[in-house]
Amino acid sequence: MSIGKDDVNKISRLAAISVSEQEVDQVADKLSNILDLFAQMQAVNTDGIEPMSHPLDQVQRLREDVITENNHRDKYQKIAPSAEGGMYLVPQVIE
Amino acid sequence: MTWEVVIGLEIHAQLNTNTKIFSGSSIAYGAEPNTQANLLDLGMPGQLPVLNKAVLPKAIRFGLAVGATIGRKSVFDRKNYFYPDLPKGYQTSQFSYPIVDKGGFLEIEVDGEIKKIGITRAHLEEDAGKSVHDAFPGQTGIDLNRAGTPLLEIVSEPDMRSAQEAVAYARKMHELVQYLGICDGNMQEGSFRVDSNVSIHKPGTPFGTRAELKNINSFKFIEQAIEFEIARQIEILESGGKVVQETRLYDSEKNETRSMRAKEEANDYRYFPCPDLLPVVVTDEDIEAIRAEMPELPSAKRARYVFEFGLSDYDASFLTGSRAMAEYFEAVVSHSKDAKMSANWVMGELSKSLNQQGIDINESPVSAEALAGLLARIQDNTISGKIAKQVFDAMWNQEGSADEIIAAKGLKQITDSSAIEALVDEVLAANAAQVEAYRNGQDKMFGYFVGQVMKVSQGQANPGQVNEILKRKLS
Amino acid sequence: MHRLSIKQMSEKLRTREITSVALTQHYLDRIEKYDGDLNAYITVTPELAIEMARKADEMLDKGEGSLLTGIPVAHKDIFCIDGVKTSCGSKMLHNFVAPYDATVVEKLKSVGMPILGKTNMDEFAMGSSSESSYYGPTKNPWKLNAVPGGSSGGSAAVIAAGLAPFATGTDTGGSIRQPASFCGITGIKPTYGAVSRYGMIAYASSFDQGGPMSRSAEDAAWLLDAMSGFDAKDSTSLEQEKSDYTAQLEESLKGLRVGVPKEYFGEGLSESVSNTVKEAIEVLRQQGADIVEVSLPNKDLAVPAYYVLAPAEASSNLSRFDGVRYGYRCENPQDLSDLYMRSRSEGFGTEVKRRIMVGAYALSEGYYDAYYLKAQKLRRMVRDDFVNAFEQCDVIVGPVAPTTAFNIGEKSDDPISMYLEDLYTIPVNLAGLPAMSVPAGFAEGMPVGLHLIGTYHSEAKLLNVAHQFQQVTSWHEQMPEAYQ
Repeated sequence: MSIGKDDVNKISRLAAISVSEQEVDQVADKLSNILDLFAQMQAVNTDGIEPMSHPLDQVQRLREDVITENNHRDKYQKIAPSAEGGMYLVPQVIE
Repeated sequence: MTWEVVIGLEIHAQLNTNTKIFSGSSIAYGAEPNTQANLLDLGMPGQLPVLNKAVLPKAIRFGLAVGATIGRKSVFDRKNYFYPDLPKGYQTSQFSYPIVDKGGFLEIEVDGEIKKIGITRAHLEEDAGKSVHDAFPGQTGIDLNRAGTPLLEIVSEPDMRSAQEAVAYARKMHELVQYLGICDGNMQEGSFRVDSNVSIHKPGTPFGTRAELKNINSFKFIEQAIEFEIARQIEILESGGKVVQETRLYDSEKNETRSMRAKEEANDYRYFPCPDLLPVVVTDEDIEAIRAEMPELPSAKRARYVFEFGLSDYDASFLTGSRAMAEYFEAVVSHSKDAKMSANWVMGELSKSLNQQGIDINESPVSAEALAGLLARIQDNTISGKIAKQVFDAMWNQEGSADEIIAAKGLKQITDSSAIEALVDEVLAANAAQVEAYRNGQDKMFGYFVGQVMKVSQGQANPGQVNEILKRKLS
Repeated sequence: MHRLSIKQMSEKLRTREITSVALTQHYLDRIEKYDGDLNAYITVTPELAIEMARKADEMLDKGEGSLLTGIPVAHKDIFCIDGVKTSCGSKMLHNFVAPYDATVVEKLKSVGMPILGKTNMDEFAMGSSSESSYYGPTKNPWKLNAVPGGSSGGSAAVIAAGLAPFATGTDTGGSIRQPASFCGITGIKPTYGAVSRYGMIAYASSFDQGGPMSRSAEDAAWLLDAMSGFDAKDSTSLEQEKSDYTAQLEESLKGLRVGVPKEYFGEGLSESVSNTVKEAIEVLRQQGADIVEVSLPNKDLAVPAYYVLAPAEASSNLSRFDGVRYGYRCENPQDLSDLYMRSRSEGFGTEVKRRIMVGAYALSEGYYDAYYLKAQKLRRMVRDDFVNAFEQCDVIVGPVAPTTAFNIGEKSDDPISMYLEDLYTIPVNLAGLPAMSVPAGFAEGMPVGLHLIGTYHSEAKLLNVAHQFQQVTSWHEQMPEAYQ
């Protein structure tokens, strides 16, 4: 299984990681090697085996519906790249 | 052959909890930006979700109300996409195993026809934050107070065939979630949001490409937006064009929909089970406990009002129009023991006053107990129905209880027969010509005498006694 | 002082023969002296350490505190500490001062363990050599041009060089055990869920597990005792009452059934490592253990399954690093897409980007069943192998890594050979089992670890086996000459 330029561009978009024109071949190459490693999985018969999402056999625990968090906006926004008037700022989003 | 319209709705009902679905932050509406956005809500590294106990019974109550299968083992998945109001880069939702599974439906009535609308599923998920576009030049502000608010997303089958049906379904759902006590139904604050998937096709052919109309905050606009969208799609197809799958925004000022973003490309959400959360297991006992606590549903209530109270279908429907209305009515009946009289007052004077001021029944200045106090004075003949309206107006203006107002204004009914007899004599003596006419067969004059007696008594004479005495004197 | 066991240190602290301030300062001085070369710390926190040591001394003066009070600790830079830079070895979090404490940090703070600093690691714990750190590679104290292993390479190196008596680590695919093996120290990865993940920056949530790194198994038992326990803030935290990890240390190994999986001694294992491990197994036999052969037939499927599942989870876990609320933001973003694309491609290193992209691909439409779902099924097969093997034995032993520490730069350009470094450790993470690396000797002058794998919740048994082994061996007491 090998990955082409188009695949890399698609993955780059999904992952929101830019891949420059110069890098794209090398990235495709390395990803293809990894997919080769995956290829051996396909030969294994897994019929009737239930997918395992989690090592624990526990079920979800529930939290009381009680307010436990207070306002720490100033502390949290001190580490923000850009914040003003209590809001986080990003370049204009056009809808 | 004409076009057939196909509509399915996705409704986001905000669950009325105290805290977010996965964190202990408040979900109160209207707080200063980001003051209710804490570590988990901000997607800080190392933060982990723990499910709010209150959301499950609410979702299950909904599932039971629509007759759906309850997911005994539901799973939270991650829906991955980037957007600034989505702090973790994924939305925690339920994809493969929702809490409310197949089998649910809702009955709607349009033009006297009853129709069943299927409910595909309903799942729990977290809301996103809000983007503020006009406050900062060239930039968008992000407020994450709403991020993590618990939502129940209710997905219908594409069973609706007109804008009227879609609105009937949306209204019915709006009524239901409030009845169930799981959502406050406030559309202005975004607690109940309706997305409509609209397409058209020729019957017998596959469904057409659909457009999604998002976040419209009134039933009137939903109907207008769908009507506009149907017309737009017909025009495209009839002129040989193709409908594009996309999200469209409704502009209520221009009454038109316009494209927001094409959906086809970015639509790879890479759902997978959230590894930070474990499967949610619901037992038979859990379900039975929730069933035992279910509030009476509107349809059952309506039937009961007709059979138990002897109300008309119309009155029963009106009074069950909202849970608050029905609760008010039942509180009045519990005191007055007279359902018809209570219905008349709730639907009459009370509703009229509410409408005039544009307020909701739970904001009424006259409580159900206070209204029942007024009805009691009619029932024990202290005041007439006519005087009662005057008293009600005073109560509405916060002048006091029925008894206080009756005493203060001296409105107590005259029930002393000799006093009434004196008034009758006075009226008959002053209207000799009319008495003559009555005796000569003009029966209609009787009402005139009643009116005159009431007038001289300033409305306080007991009308029953006035009638009785007049009849005796004129016979 | 740095050669004492925790018990001995504790004794001296309780009798007030030494103070926590003096002990802490001793380590700070050593860090100052040696870490320039080693690069095992990303951040050293001398003021915080001394302040905490003072408080510990106050407790000790009053006769309060526990066995660990006053003994300093280094935290892997993956654990959030309120007010301290927490970088996870990444440029993305170079400017991130954590606004809260991880549960592990809070627990160790509460027993009065001064924090020496934050240790170096592979970026976002993705690696087996600590070379992918934004702060440069950590070096192996036994040989400066060799890697210390990874991702908890900084923590392993500081223990080996005596720059901390204790360190925390995390193990997603071998990240505690492999560096422990490479640096000749003791490390344990507990059962998944035993140590809270709250405040531990996630790589792959269904695999990540924190654990202690120390010189001896006994020390590790004490630290694990303090680190672990149920945490309501972590939905995957084990709810059962935790065991007393030090209770069984002195039990005899007579009659212990030790399983040796034949698949762990096949192709790829270096002969000298194989011999060293076999000698260690012989020691266990002499201590009374019964050696039985067991089989883990699907071992080879573990690496590909892991490299589908862990990157898939990582691709989603690392989506929050978007330059909006904290962390790195690119200069002058032109629009929203530019903000995301550039902040992430400039903020993440090569291997992290690679794994995010692999993960996004494995989850994408058309590939989900063939990769992600398939890997989840293999995960169960690998787990079932262990369940079956533990019907015949009490612990499984084998090598931790196929080789001793390799040289810096040797594998950094070849992801596949780096991934295969973890072929013995990864199966354990797929299953969520507890496992240890215990110093077992040297091969060509470099340390070799013995891998001990237990069934669920058997940490106390593993620590018992390791402790008994350390009663008759002294590999865990060895220290590289330059740091003695």
